[in-house]
Amino acid sequence: MSVETTPALDVIHLSVNFENGSGELQALEDVTFRVWPQEFVCLLGPSGSGKSTLLRVLAGLVPPTQGEIRFAGGRTPRIGYVFQQANLMPWRTVLENIMLPLELQGVPPDEARRQAQAWVERVGLNGFESAWPRDLSGGMAQRVAIARALIHDPDLLLLDEPFGALDALTRERMGAELLALWQAQRKTVLMVTHSISEALLLADRVLVFTPRPGQVSLDMPVPLPRPRSEELRYTMEFIHLARQLRQAIG
Amino acid sequence: MATLAKPFPWMKMFRPRWLAQGVWTLFSLLLAVGVWEGIVRLTHLPPFILPSPGQVGRRLGLAIADGSLARHTLATLQEVGIGLLLGVVLATFLGYLLARSPVLERLIGPYLVASQAIPTVAIAPLLVIWFGPGMLSKVLICALIVFFPVLVNTVVGVRAVPRDLRALMHTLHATRWQTLRYLEIPAALPLFLGGLRIGATLSVIGAVVGELVGSNRGLGFLINVGRGQYDTALVFVATFTLMTLALALYGLVMLAERRFLRWQGSPRDFH
Repeated sequence: MSVETTPALDVIHLSVNFENGSGELQALEDVTFRVWPQEFVCLLGPSGSGKSTLLRVLAGLVPPTQGEIRFAGGRTPRIGYVFQQANLMPWRTVLENIMLPLELQGVPPDEARRQAQAWVERVGLNGFESAWPRDLSGGMAQRVAIARALIHDPDLLLLDEPFGALDALTRERMGAELLALWQAQRKTVLMVTHSISEALLLADRVLVFTPRPGQVSLDMPVPLPRPRSEELRYTMEFIHLARQLRQAIG
Repeated sequence: MATLAKPFPWMKMFRPRWLAQGVWTLFSLLLAVGVWEGIVRLTHLPPFILPSPGQVGRRLGLAIADGSLARHTLATLQEVGIGLLLGVVLATFLGYLLARSPVLERLIGPYLVASQAIPTVAIAPLLVIWFGPGMLSKVLICALIVFFPVLVNTVVGVRAVPRDLRALMHTLHATRWQTLRYLEIPAALPLFLGGLRIGATLSVIGAVVGELVGSNRGLGFLINVGRGQYDTALVFVATFTLMTLALALYGLVMLAERRFLRWQGSPRDFH
């Protein structure tokens, strides 16, 4: 874990209720946890346990009903958000999609373009700079989304099941690529996933959520050594941790 | 099999698609004129009922030579241009507000739908009575007829902006203006241009209806003159000019679509 003493993120007694047609729906109930700078935390749990809602609250898309969220330095962090679907702008090319956050920050177009080009190479999309999103495969589109989420050097990277819509093999490869990117960039990351092995391969810590209303039922550090590789899946330690998580999910 | 692949080597002549298309259009036009000429010769109709293509051609030459065609076309074009601009600007502005404000939509939405039940053609005389036989009444009729299709398409277009992209802009702390510029305008553009395409052709109809009801210039006025003098060839000349005008406007919007909606990859792009 990190040596720094101030947490990047403090979630304190957070509850979130939604209005729906037939009354109130409680998505999250009294959730408390902290995340340290440069930590990679996975949120694991069954569908409808409020994990995505938690990310949306952190991104400022949904207001908390009760409790509060404190960010390091007391200011709203710069956020990189990756959605389940790549969520690209279909009228922008790959390069233009990646440079969007810089444009919104007022970075001059030439400079934005130059940085986007560097990210195109980093996520392995050389030659696709001027391709339209409709011509990309699911994995390629999600690579664009990841580059877009990282280009403006966010304080916090939020990943909402980023590989959920991909086939198993692509998913595995994207996980490895994300791991390499994270090792190079060392962002604070919160990632929602349904996959136990994905969580164990990527995370420093896994938070397990209960079914609705979501509560943290287990906060488990992942003591596996880094750098990690796919091979780790077949070690006894990995299998042991996976069983613990599986039991916690219930 | 190799020989079967190219059964007509002479087809190569038509390889550039636009050339082949142009040749076919020309052929189709010639055919239509031929049929027209045939009908005139077979039926021996008097020229004030159905003039021959040659007579219409000569009348066209005359109208060009004495400058009347240019003058009246310009008048109509002015009305169409200003009316279209006015209608599109108002419809886009109001459409955006309606799409973004449910309160406003409940408040004035029903009136807008009801207003659509008024046949513009029928209230054209009213507008001429109120605003005189000059250009203003034509511009207003034009704007009125263009307004609704553009409004509806703008509303639908702005509503169709994907929720997740709105969320993305929010996570990036985009300002309202940035959301408009980077998200809403490009996302609504396909439907907006679709509305504009309909509006462009309608605007020509609007101007002509206004001119037919009461005016002293424009192509609609020219039609009235031709009718009054049994100069049917002139009616044909004015009508064909109007068609050309409407088609040109339609073509302009199509060009804009091709320029701005490349990312959609229309079926026309198949090679």
